[in-house]
Amino acid sequence: MSKRKMLWELFISTLYLSTFTFGGGFVIVTLMKKKMVDQHHWIDEKEMLDITALAQSSPGSVSINSAILVGYKIAKIPGAIVSILGTIIPPLTIISIISMFYSLFKDNVIVQVILNGMRIAVAAIILDVVWSMAKGLFQKRKIFYIIIMFCAFVATYIFEVNAVLVLACCIVAGIGKTMWKLWKLRRV
Amino acid sequence: MIYLQLFWSFFQIGLFSIGGGYAAMPFIQAQVVELHHWLEMTEFTDLVTIAEMTPGPISINSATFVGTRIAGFWGALTATLGCIAPSILIVSILAFVYFHFKDMVVVKEVLKSLHPAVIALIASAGFTIFVYALFGENGFSANEINWIAAGVFGFALILLEKFKIDPIKVMILCGIVNTAVSFI
Repeated sequence: MSKRKMLWELFISTLYLSTFTFGGGFVIVTLMKKKMVDQHHWIDEKEMLDITALAQSSPGSVSINSAILVGYKIAKIPGAIVSILGTIIPPLTIISIISMFYSLFKDNVIVQVILNGMRIAVAAIILDVVWSMAKGLFQKRKIFYIIIMFCAFVATYIFEVNAVLVLACCIVAGIGKTMWKLWKLRRV
Repeated sequence: MIYLQLFWSFFQIGLFSIGGGYAAMPFIQAQVVELHHWLEMTEFTDLVTIAEMTPGPISINSATFVGTRIAGFWGALTATLGCIAPSILIVSILAFVYFHFKDMVVVKEVLKSLHPAVIALIASAGFTIFVYALFGENGFSANEINWIAAGVFGFALILLEKFKIDPIKVMILCGIVNTAVSFI
């Protein structure tokens, strides 16, 4: 694929994703995974998870951060610029229009029902992607990682621990595991 | 001058809201309502509703909303740029570091143990939306299940799993189906 065509594809993809991401950063991350990993094969699944962790732990909105990282990965700096543009144009346009007609929009029952339907679909999409990613860990029976996944879920969903703190704890666990491995190797 | 103020305010909002989404809300309120009096508290509540109902990140949505109110289109653009500037700076550095060091053994191991945590974070966000969509604001309770929503959820899963339909098309279809069923 020529560079210009690729940038154009990237722009259209991010524009499309950003137009339909209701409900925050993780929605765009799941849609990005479907589009960039499963459909275009521009990024592999592991890198997409790394990008999500980086985007979540950096300041600013998760969708902008992940757009920058995905764009940079695919086509370096021009890629990052193109995907930033693709990500900010839809909200910029939509909010500018809506802030003019806000009261009409807010009280419209049909708009509400359509948006509710889309929200249900978002739940299904996220859980579907989660299942496809978690399946891999269960199939490989990686106990350590399954425990991490379980603990992180309980911490965020039930105890509402801050996501950045959860990631920080996992970094510590990862470093601990590596040290332990190295230490065992040295003893042998 | 107002452009500079908008830029700087939203630069700070972008810089301090780590974790995205609702993490940004208190910072936006502090800057926009309490410090600069750009919005009344009721307008701010409206802003939250709009930001939830429309696509796009909450911080970008509020930058556009506030910017438009204060200084029209150029205001919206300046505020949005201010909001994404910290991301661009910091994430660019992180991207550079990540793509250079991701193959080091220690970094690899740490990233590996981050993957399941990220899956868990995404799952948690998904469950929150799931419970809200099926049981309403009060959270999980078997009596208050919205059967229409449950049906639409099942429909969405079948489209995704069986027919491998593009997620955005699934969203649009579910919007239509939900409307059709609700008004019959």
